[in-house]
Amino acid sequence: MNDASYWSIFLNAALVNNFVLAYFLGICPFFGVSSRLETALRMGAAVSFVMLVASVCAFLINLLLDAVGAPYLRIISYILVISSTVQLVEMLMKKFSPATFRAMGIYLPLITTNCAILGLALFQTNRSYGFTQAVVFSLGAGAGFVLALILMAGVREKLELNEVPDLVKGTVAALVVAGILSMGFMGFAGLGR
Amino acid sequence: MAKKTITPTDEFVKGLWRDNPVFVQVLGMCPALAVSNTALNALAMGLATTFVLLMSGLSVSLLRNFIPREARIVCYICIIATFVTSVDYLIMALSLELHRALGAFIALIVVNCLILGRAEAFASKNTPARSLLDGLGMGIGFTLALLFIGVVREILGSGSLFGYPVLPDTFQTWTVMVLPSGGFFAMALWLLIVNRIKKKAADAARKPAEVTA
Amino acid sequence: MTGHAAETVTSAWSMYRAIVGIGAFCALVIVVVFQSTAERIRDNQARFLAAAISEVLPETRETVAVTRSENGRLEATSDSLPLPVFLAYGSGGDLAGAVVTAQGMGYQDNIRVIYAYSFAENAIVGFKILESKETPGLGDRVEIEPHFIANFVALDVSLDSSGTALKNPIVTVKQGEKNGAWQIDGITGATITSEAIGNLLNDSAGSWVPVLERDARTIAPPESK
Repeated sequence: MNDASYWSIFLNAALVNNFVLAYFLGICPFFGVSSRLETALRMGAAVSFVMLVASVCAFLINLLLDAVGAPYLRIISYILVISSTVQLVEMLMKKFSPATFRAMGIYLPLITTNCAILGLALFQTNRSYGFTQAVVFSLGAGAGFVLALILMAGVREKLELNEVPDLVKGTVAALVVAGILSMGFMGFAGLGR
Repeated sequence: MAKKTITPTDEFVKGLWRDNPVFVQVLGMCPALAVSNTALNALAMGLATTFVLLMSGLSVSLLRNFIPREARIVCYICIIATFVTSVDYLIMALSLELHRALGAFIALIVVNCLILGRAEAFASKNTPARSLLDGLGMGIGFTLALLFIGVVREILGSGSLFGYPVLPDTFQTWTVMVLPSGGFFAMALWLLIVNRIKKKAADAARKPAEVTA
Repeated sequence: MTGHAAETVTSAWSMYRAIVGIGAFCALVIVVVFQSTAERIRDNQARFLAAAISEVLPETRETVAVTRSENGRLEATSDSLPLPVFLAYGSGGDLAGAVVTAQGMGYQDNIRVIYAYSFAENAIVGFKILESKETPGLGDRVEIEPHFIANFVALDVSLDSSGTALKNPIVTVKQGEKNGAWQIDGITGATITSEAIGNLLNDSAGSWVPVLERDARTIAPPESK
């Protein structure tokens, strides 16, 4: 059981070590969805939900694996649980909000390969978080992901209205913006200790 | 409709430049940026990913008639995760230090969109021999891309290359380059260069047509 | 119709056999790799740990791994634990000290350390960072900065009168402001990492030193060869 307090875990995951801007997790969808604020928010919500479920499942799986002494099954079981959760979210979304489902398009199944979720499960295992700590961790990570997405989408929408040289347009500009955001987030270092 | 025959060499070479996973397809960026703060880490990560690409591509290709369409993603993920777990233990057996340096990112190879993408787009539809070549090409292209980023970050950020100092002590290292921001900037820089080269090539290819028109 | 039914039946069967087949194939590969690398990995880890132990407590000749039993008493153990603790014996079979591993959250990720506790001096006399992902050039200076390393030549961890807690909790102070043997002189520019190390040492020493002081001599030393 890790000694960190809940508040510091949350702040750490959301701000100080933001999953996207500090750990580079979740970059593919980050650059794919962040050009429009609305899709960014929806993606963020979906990812946050999957993160929460994945965190709880990873904790339970880990207990099971430790009990049977099969640590080598960790990666494969985590990723299978994550894919199933994403399938579940897809089905729920199709049923309850078909418009959102269509708007998300290819990005929804891509959440499975979103390194952020598997990264979340692996980090919480490596740091030996207890159950509540793991939940707080996933909430913080989700919040941080949404925050980074919103900031990024906001900037990119503005950028599109401006004259940007052809070579720099698109991904290159997005990368530079991400780099600057990342530097900004470094200012949160030490928060919550 | 005649299918354009692609030579085996082309299967291999396309991953190096034309369809480079990082700079052209913009896939697999997470590890590209995360572990490229030193050239050695970048190389190790690239090789580990190449190993998984090769083995999973080969397996998927060998089993392609055995895996039904509906269950294919789950099966691919299982196979990829198996080889990622394997490479994780192999690295641990090889060098504890390297394993610690790469950390959780070895396990994260399993969600590298590149591997699933190649399994789905190529290995499931081609012979094992071609899949091997494709995997090798993509893997080496990926490793080279990672190395480019890693070399820039390490030289500017630590003044060294593979641990050996290459810049004089008087050089004030750009620490930002070994921080996450540096990853974004280095990637942006290389992408810019690649875009420029591609644009020049496209312009050159267009010019003769314009002249004759 | 019959043709269609036969197709669905085959489809279900082919799904089933694919999933089971792939599952079996994957399990086989994983187990084979795991078994063939397990010994090498154990050797690597043991060698790494042994090297770290002799670095922090050079007079060590033999070690006995210990853990806390359910009732809080020290007992020898042969389990391999994530954060092992050892009693270290010198060449004469005498208790040279204790070596403790600990971990705590740094700036970037977990930091794992190993330190040597001397019963004679009631102080931490050796310290080494096993694992850290701190920022190169900033946080990672804790590993090389001479004045920081000098903190651990004799870091006071003497117990209070009750013997259950540290008399003075280990605390990291600003660089140059150290005025007590239990304080760690931090590194300017690497405040968070320095403080993280102070905190994790305080937690670890606070929980292990009382137990070690009370029970270490009850553990049977290894038979001299």
